[in-house]
This record gives sequence, structure tokens and C-alpha cells, in this order.
Amino acid sequence: MIRLLIRDLALAVRAGGGFGLGLAFFLIVIVLVPFGVGPETVLLARIAPGILWIGALLACLLSLDRIFQLDFEDGSLDLLATAPIPMEGVVAVKALAHWLTTGLPLVMAAPFLGVMLNLPGPGYAWLVLSLVLGTPALSMIGAFGAALTVGLKRGGLLLSLLVLPLYVPTLIYGTEVARRGAEGLAVATPLALLAGITLAAVALLPFAAAAALRVNLR
Amino acid sequence: MGGLLEVKDLTVQRGGIAVLSGVGFTLDAGAALILRGANGSGKTTLLRTVAGLQPPMAGTVRVAPDAIAYAAHADGVKAVLTVAENLRFWAGVYGSVAIEDALAAFDLGGLAERPAQALSAGQKRRLGLARLIVTGRPVWVLDEPTVSLDRAAVGLFASAVQAHLAAGGAALIATHIDLGIDAAELDVTPCRAIATTAQGVFDEAFR
Repeated sequence: MIRLLIRDLALAVRAGGGFGLGLAFFLIVIVLVPFGVGPETVLLARIAPGILWIGALLACLLSLDRIFQLDFEDGSLDLLATAPIPMEGVVAVKALAHWLTTGLPLVMAAPFLGVMLNLPGPGYAWLVLSLVLGTPALSMIGAFGAALTVGLKRGGLLLSLLVLPLYVPTLIYGTEVARRGAEGLAVATPLALLAGITLAAVALLPFAAAAALRVNLR
Repeated sequence: MGGLLEVKDLTVQRGGIAVLSGVGFTLDAGAALILRGANGSGKTTLLRTVAGLQPPMAGTVRVAPDAIAYAAHADGVKAVLTVAENLRFWAGVYGSVAIEDALAAFDLGGLAERPAQALSAGQKRRLGLARLIVTGRPVWVLDEPTVSLDRAAVGLFASAVQAHLAAGGAALIATHIDLGIDAAELDVTPCRAIATTAQGVFDEAFR
């Protein structure tokens, strides 16, 4: 399975692999928001956690359909299904590769982009922590959605519609952690709920996604 | 004990409709079986069922777990990886390390460091078939393996299959050409389960 992870990472960083797509999108959204909202530092500081989280979520969404679609089209998915790796393992590894190439760069870029939005000082650590905890859930839920829509031509629209509602709880609690952190309030409750969503997604969705893939390969 | 692969009274489906029924054969170690049948007659569906990618509608496929190496129309070759990287990946997945034999068997040695996107269709197919050797699995299930291969490459493929059979493997091959392998043939036409069109010809929509 480590081979599959290495291959997916190599594919992502080589030409046309889509690495950096999410990051560039995130960058553009966050840079544009102050221009759209205007130079009101108080307002920007208030909306900063929400905007950063929405930007990260949409950036994540952008590359979801690549998780299985490319492998499906060139036949690799059929071959992986007959290979000595359990399908659940394939799903988990692919979600992990998606997180490493999309989620992790977003987490690392977020504090720098927080400056653009005048995020209050205490908020940075909580923003990064909420993204570290929350983005794996985004990748895993996204992998599940991608598994459901893998056989469809132009499945991207359906994928977005399926996945967005599932992203809402992560977004709410993630933003709440960053907002409360920025305002100096207690963050334990939303943090625990965010971690709970991520752990549940990582524990359960590989099985659901593998079942969906098996049906789609028939 | 029977052979490596035993298929009994198998009914295969595509989209919930039975395509072939009553298919039965046994593959012993060292034996190959060539599947014949017109386009759309259900050969691919049969092979996918045997490979475990879809459940049979009725009947049984008896084969040891993790015995089948499947190769289809799509080679599963990643365009941005080199030939050697593609093979090394599959070798790693199947827990073997050496790819030299596979490269040599399909005359890919000189192309090892070339990105797969720079390969011709026939070379890509050879890479896809070389994957079979690194899997180290006893039962090869091949769906039209010779598509886009030239005469010399078909010869390479035939000798690779013969080497595999000589080493105690077995092969189930759907093809339309004469491979020059000493093998039994099974025509799937009599097993047809449905009258697809008014003219009685196979529906081209089934692949």
C-alpha cells in the first residue's frame, strides 16, 4: 500500500497531476476577499475564520474527482481491484494522498493568508489546529463521494452536490474553533466535535467507499 | 482436486441481463483456453466475472484466492511515469521486486526510462502485458491481449504465455487471432443467453 501512496504522490507532483491547483485556488480566493469586502480591518477580522475555512473547503472540492476518475479511465482501478490490496486500503491510501497533496499545503498556507484578512493574533494557532483536524475529514468524505460517482461521465457536478452537505458539519465546527480561538473563548467543545467527525469519517468511510467502488466496477 | 480454475454452469450478466449462461470449463496447470466469439458476445463480461470484478448471476467460479492476474483493454499504464516506474509499482503491489524478466520478455529494456506517454500504442500494450509477469500469479485472464501488437510482439506474447504455462501456470485468453499456442478453444456463441435484436446478431453495446 505504501507503493500506491508513493505512486499517487509522484503522479500528483508531475506534470498535469493537479498538485498546487487547490493551493492556487485558495490563494486567489483569500487574496481577492479583501478587495471585494474593502479595507475594513474590523470586518475582515470578524469574517477571517469563516472565509479561510470556506476557501480551504472549496479548494479541497476542486480536486476530488481526480481521486478515482483517472485510475478508472485508464483501467488501473480494475487492476487494483484484482490486486492483493483490499479495496478499503486503496480508498484509505488515495484519501491520504489527496490530503497530503491538497489538505496539507492548505494548512501550511493558511497562517500566511490569515494576515491578509487581519486574523487576530490568538486565532492563528487555533486556525491551523482546526484545519489540521478538519481537512482529513474533507479528503475522506470527498473520496467517498468520488467513489460513488466514479463511473459517471462529467460526474463532477453530482460529486459536488453529494459532498457539500456532508462537508457542512466540518465547516461549522472548524470555523467555530478558529473564531472562538481568535476571540479568546473556550474552544474545547467544537474542537472535540471536529475531531469526532474526522475520526468517524476515517474509520467508517473507507468501507462505504470500497463498497461503492465495487458496485461501480461491475 | 480439479484444475487451477473451474467454472461450472456460469451465467454472467451485464446491466442485470444474462448474457451468457451454462458456461463451464476447467483449466489445469500448464493449460490454456482460448475464448472465441463475435464482438459483443459476452467474452469480456465472462472474463470480468471469472476475475471476480462482478458477481456471477448463477453458477460457480472456483479458483484459489489471489490466483488471478487480469488484463483488459485498458492497460492501467500511467502516462507520466516511465516504463520501469510503471512496472516497479505493480511489482511492489504484488510483492515481487525484479522487473528485468518482464522487461526482457516483452523487449522493453531499451524503453525502460521512457515516459509511458511517449510510447506507441503497441509498446504501451507490451508494457501492460509485462505487468502480468511481475504479478507472479498462476492464472492469467486476458481480454484481447494482442490488440495493437505487431507480428513480432504477438510472437513475444505467445512465447511469454508458453513460458508461463511451462512454469505451471494457466491462461484464459479471449482473442480473435491465431496465437500459435497449443490450446483448447471455447466458442461462447452457443452459450448465448439472450436474443438481443430482431436480426439475431449480438448487440454491439455490450462490450
